[in-house]
Amino acid sequence: MLAYVIRRLIATIPIMALVAIFVFLLLHLSPGDPAVIIAGDFATEAQIQEIRQQLGLNDPLHVQFWNWLMNLFRGDLGTSIYSGLPVSRLILQRVEPTLMLTLCTMVIAVTIAIPLGVVAAWKVGTWVDRVVMTVAVLGFSLPVFVLGYALILGGSVWLGWFPVQGYTSIFTSFTGFLAHITLPALTLGLVYMALIARMTRATMLEVMNEDYVRTAYAKGLSTRTVLVKHALKNAMVPISTTIGLGLALLIGGVVVTESVFAIPGLGRLTVDAVLRTDYPVIQGVILVFSLTYVMLNLLIDLSYVLFDPRIRY
Amino acid sequence: MMQRNVQTRPKARPRASLWAATAALAAGVIAADAAEAQSVLRVVPHADLRNIDPIWTTAYITRNHGYLVFDTLFALDENLEVQPQMAEGYEVSDDGLEYTFTLREGLTFHDGEPVTAEDAVASLERWAARDGMGQKLMSVAEGFEVVDERTFTLTLTEPYGLVLESLGKISSNVPFIMPARLAETSPSEQISEVIGSGPFRFIEEEWQPGNLVVYERFEDYVPREEPASYAAGGKVANVDRVEWRYIPDPATATQALLAGEVDLYEQPAVDLIPMIEADPSIILETVDPLGTQGVIRFNFLHPPFDNKYARQAAMWAVSQQDYMFAILGNPEYFEEFCGAYFMCGGPFETDVGSEPLREQNLDRARELLEQAGYDGEEVVILDPTDVPVAHGQALVTAQALREIGMNVRVAAMDWATMTSRRAVRDAPADGGWNIFPTWWLAVDQLNPISNISVAASGDTAWFGWPENERIEELRDQFARETDQEAQRAIVEELQEELFDFVPYIPTGQYYQPTAYRENVSGVMEAPVPFFWNIEVQ
Repeated sequence: MLAYVIRRLIATIPIMALVAIFVFLLLHLSPGDPAVIIAGDFATEAQIQEIRQQLGLNDPLHVQFWNWLMNLFRGDLGTSIYSGLPVSRLILQRVEPTLMLTLCTMVIAVTIAIPLGVVAAWKVGTWVDRVVMTVAVLGFSLPVFVLGYALILGGSVWLGWFPVQGYTSIFTSFTGFLAHITLPALTLGLVYMALIARMTRATMLEVMNEDYVRTAYAKGLSTRTVLVKHALKNAMVPISTTIGLGLALLIGGVVVTESVFAIPGLGRLTVDAVLRTDYPVIQGVILVFSLTYVMLNLLIDLSYVLFDPRIRY
Repeated sequence: MMQRNVQTRPKARPRASLWAATAALAAGVIAADAAEAQSVLRVVPHADLRNIDPIWTTAYITRNHGYLVFDTLFALDENLEVQPQMAEGYEVSDDGLEYTFTLREGLTFHDGEPVTAEDAVASLERWAARDGMGQKLMSVAEGFEVVDERTFTLTLTEPYGLVLESLGKISSNVPFIMPARLAETSPSEQISEVIGSGPFRFIEEEWQPGNLVVYERFEDYVPREEPASYAAGGKVANVDRVEWRYIPDPATATQALLAGEVDLYEQPAVDLIPMIEADPSIILETVDPLGTQGVIRFNFLHPPFDNKYARQAAMWAVSQQDYMFAILGNPEYFEEFCGAYFMCGGPFETDVGSEPLREQNLDRARELLEQAGYDGEEVVILDPTDVPVAHGQALVTAQALREIGMNVRVAAMDWATMTSRRAVRDAPADGGWNIFPTWWLAVDQLNPISNISVAASGDTAWFGWPENERIEELRDQFARETDQEAQRAIVEELQEELFDFVPYIPTGQYYQPTAYRENVSGVMEAPVPFFWNIEVQ
């Protein structure tokens, strides 16, 4: 297994290199010139050129790429061409809100969605199943920002239970943290919940037709034991794949949720950087997201061992 | 205290003065017992603070940041007159060629160092290298020279009418004074730290671009004794801390204001204003009495708008009302009509020559278009869809031009892309353009020198690159004239020429309301949001 992990870790190097080249080219070949934005309305052509020179944007593309790559190897993601702050500082400032939002979303979604999926499979064809699946379809179809505004209207404006926007660090105040994270996590959670509930139901239905489930019932085990210990455990491999891959979906949702709730996370950092073509920041954030995604995939693959002892690496 | 300005027209603020009087009374009582608690003013600014150097960039948000942290030698007051600010006074030699400036005593930078003439000279030199009005000033100047710790001179080669107007410029780039060691930074590079001598200190450690900017009161700041008036007078910091909390989504920002999570929302979206008006604990007022001018800019390098009849045709085809309804919707926030290139309510307001803009006449427009020899070539209008003010103007223009028979293509893009594209001089079909929409704050448009969109110096003019010798002559005459009456006469002649030449279409004058909660008092009426004078209970 250790050898497998090492092999997988080594395999991330070419993946990350491809991501780096792709991101770099995509950004530098798309329209929008940061020097022009920085220079502002009054600038002359000479001033714009001077800024381009300062930022190194006049160097040939391969030279710019090489410089960036060399700095990357030294652990230096560069500095934002607007604020002049190191990209690593900008990212570190933003990691906690996004990480917490993602974790809380996952916890809420998984604890609600798996039982719902199991129940829907157990009561397949009945009204319970139909209600669960309708909610799931709705949850998956409703745009994140619509749900976000609706929750703000209900939870903050009408009931006054939660703040409208912002973020409080878990290290500053736990209650403040909970108050701020609940609505955004619910908003984001619903999409994710819908995905997991549907997957759970489908996989459970398949597993419940297996011989060993019939045998378990024949042994006289309770429905609960059959569902949870026999069926669900065997259904967990595809479900955990969905949970993991769904995280990619979350990254997209995080951008919108963070904007609606004004949470200073990585999603908003990305959007802000894209809108003003802040190359070093966009490159840094995408690298971080890609690395996270590659690592998550590895973790998911390793988690299969827990659910299915036949799997060996 | 609320500032009133006789020259300007108040809009949507009848509640404010009564309220301000009550608040001022209440403030006195409450301020007495709440002395220990730290007072914080939480503001939703109109944009995210991306850069910290107000000389490096012209962005309004960085200019506003500059006013908190830095101070200026001279400043504009509410009568649009220039007053000494850091300067104690100045003297002009009899021939008008030598200005001597003396700094006030006791001015200190945030790092504890005293402000010296050397700092002022270095700062003004860096500003003048970057700013349009500064460059114009330096074109008639030999330069600045330090005389002693607190005195320096400016020597001119010929008399110039806008010396103080340039040094007391209220909008971007503002000639802020910074320590010489920072002012020695190349103007094309950002300063490395924010040390000013203004009423607030910038707290670098707490700065989170895209989210939060924090300023704290600078205890050693010595305000002038006169009452605050625009950028002039006593800048008294009445709160311990100013927090700019950037909330990009207007609906969320509005809800945050209603819920009391922030105290002041600089530029609420106009379509959400009814929600704010419905809450009696929120004051809504137009703090900038001068407003904003919408601008439709032509490209003079390519047909059809290289021909003045085509530009005139476009002007006859549009109506300011259409523009204003499209971008604001509520007539409470715009002028019915403003036929002044240098703003209604400003010192150079005149409606000379404005008939083509006042009277929308499509038949006249079609005639002119024929006179221009327009033969159906495609007109490319840049449309930055992420900026509502610009997007609305692009669509209204497209519709008007189609109605007079032009072949229009609206090129949708984001604002960042537009700022690059408008700098392209190639033909519209090869990635260039014919028209782009934008807007300017009135303070930038008040006279023929600061209004750079009337400059017609060809290659060196603003995007669009118009060329017209008569206009440039009149602008030069204006800059050299020192008598305001004579300047007015020049502006009238200039405006007549402008309506004939049409460097751009002024699409209307509108006012951006600001909203704040009733615990906030002392919000000043000014074209720039200032944060001194404000109290929070």
